[in-house]
Amino acid sequence: MVQADLNIILPEIVISVYAMAALLVAVYSAKDKLAAPLTWATAGLFVLVAVWVSGMTGEATAFNGMFINDGFARFAKVTILVSAAAVLIMSQAYMSRRGLLKFEYPILIALAAVGMMMMVSAGNLMSLYMGLELQSLALYVVASFRRESVKSTEAGMKYFVLGALSSGLLLYGASLVYGFAGTTDFAGIIDAAHHGGSIGMLIGLVLVVSGLAFKVSAVPFHMWTPDVYEGSPTPVTAFFATAPKVAAMGLFARVLHDAFGSVTADWQQVVVLLSILSMFLGAFAAIGQTDIKRLMAYSSIAHMGYALMGLASGTALGVQAMLVYMAIYVTMNVGTFAFILSMEKDGQPVTSIASLNMLSRAAPAKAIAMLVLLFSLAGVPPMVGFFGKLMVLQAALDAGLTWLAIAGVIASVIGAYYYLRIVFLMYFGQAQEDALDHRSAPVLTVMLMASAIIMVVGIANLFGVESAAMAAATTLVQ
Amino acid sequence: MSVVTFAFYLFALCTIAGGLFTVISRNPVHSVLWLILAFLSSAGLFVLLGAEFVAMLLVIVYVGAVAVLFLFVVMMLDVDFAELKAEMAQYMPLALLIGVVLLMQLAMAFGAWEFADTAQSARAAIAPSDEHNTAALGLILYDQYFLLFQLAGLILLVAMVGAIVLTLRHRKDVKRQNVLAQMYRDPAKAMELKDVKPGQGL
Repeated sequence: MVQADLNIILPEIVISVYAMAALLVAVYSAKDKLAAPLTWATAGLFVLVAVWVSGMTGEATAFNGMFINDGFARFAKVTILVSAAAVLIMSQAYMSRRGLLKFEYPILIALAAVGMMMMVSAGNLMSLYMGLELQSLALYVVASFRRESVKSTEAGMKYFVLGALSSGLLLYGASLVYGFAGTTDFAGIIDAAHHGGSIGMLIGLVLVVSGLAFKVSAVPFHMWTPDVYEGSPTPVTAFFATAPKVAAMGLFARVLHDAFGSVTADWQQVVVLLSILSMFLGAFAAIGQTDIKRLMAYSSIAHMGYALMGLASGTALGVQAMLVYMAIYVTMNVGTFAFILSMEKDGQPVTSIASLNMLSRAAPAKAIAMLVLLFSLAGVPPMVGFFGKLMVLQAALDAGLTWLAIAGVIASVIGAYYYLRIVFLMYFGQAQEDALDHRSAPVLTVMLMASAIIMVVGIANLFGVESAAMAAATTLVQ
Repeated sequence: MSVVTFAFYLFALCTIAGGLFTVISRNPVHSVLWLILAFLSSAGLFVLLGAEFVAMLLVIVYVGAVAVLFLFVVMMLDVDFAELKAEMAQYMPLALLIGVVLLMQLAMAFGAWEFADTAQSARAAIAPSDEHNTAALGLILYDQYFLLFQLAGLILLVAMVGAIVLTLRHRKDVKRQNVLAQMYRDPAKAMELKDVKPGQGL
């Protein structure tokens, strides 16, 4: 019994044991000198586990339904692990050059990854919360990793306090749901709600959704995002913008369909509201930004709005669209952050948008890759980003949410302005004397180019992500 | 009036009085002592409910650790409580609002709460019926909730690593004790015996 259960969660066990072993080895030997090899080893392990997980088949539950290993969880896990590995590799050069790379960094990221894997596999409100806290706690720490900087400390503190508040909301909601259903098991909740929920359960559902909306930084629970993105060390920001977002979105879909799948009408309107507000606030608030990290924060808020649109449709098609959208979003963000990490002036990192003036003349290859990524982020047709938006809009239309789809198109047009403004600056801006450094770490260049190439080449068949996501979505939505 | 009813009213009154005086007493040390009374009488209420384990937890964790910690903080830190009190009046409306909301929630829980049809059986299904409740908690926690227990351990590990990463500073200017070096010191090398002749010196 226990043996079978443990076999099902073996990937999580492997990463946890690796993290603890690495912690012991590093503490008792060379400490921070081991940081760089550990970072690479962690990234390698992530990729191996991703390959392993993607090879699994079938559907299994462990520990009385607390842990679910189905196609949906596997799709999300592979996305999480691969993007986390990419960000780890990118951060190594940047952080060691600035003396930020401690051996705890890869270990905390590995433990956060375990938390994220638990989140997308959760089959119980309690295992949901445990996974969520494991991930969040590790993220609070890495947010304030540059501990001598006031901004980084502020970022960690703000994230921690607001994160605790959102956890409180989530727990309160979960307790109300438990009060109604008498069980924290998703399967039990969906049974209990089958004959219609009560007002108490509805309040609980809304509170749970609010807590999760905080984790995906959907408006009106987005306030922490710009400050945390700006204050955290850039590699950490890159991490925030990728894997945890996928995990939170996966968890969102998991809760809404597995636990509240029988009361779709109750949560649909809430998710629609979150989606519209996020898309518009993300589009408008990013216009005035001068710092590219803050701009990316608002960009991620807007993108979460689109992903939520897929979720709002409440169908398998919607979940598929959300998964594809997240996979594309993560790929674009890895490339964009590889670019941001390589922005340096005289060896010092810069993040102001003005420093990108006339980049096309100084570094034409980087500029063209960034142009592709920005077009893709904006959703301009020939790029892959456009297909992500298209699928989400189609799902919304199919579910009869026509006006939500129309709002999405309008927000996307508004949002395109600030992406294109960067392109304008890079190609037609004013020439400046102290341009950005030419040289950048080879890893970053490779990531940037690879991501840009994927955005162009992927239009052929999206690398089969579409069908994989469909298979994943059908395991979630029956 | 049976003993149980009497005990209930006694504990309930003590809890409420303890809570009230925690807020309004002038001396912060008295506040903490009233808080301890509130904790103890709520522990009594839990015993009446048949939840001895929770009652003991309340006494051990809250009275034994948290309240004593509070007492230390109140006595050791120089906090101007008069000033804090003055601020209290400012936040009174907000506090009242929250109080009203809490009351409404309690009313909702007692008056209009609807259970799902399956709720009763689902709640009963999980607890082993023939066990004492402390033993039952142990069975559930270490057996059924094994996964959650281990995850909680991982969360504590992250918290510990995080606290160390964010606060530990290796100071180079401090001399540290090296126990092994001390133990493996060779007396033959560390000491030199000299035979000093009387009246001559070295």
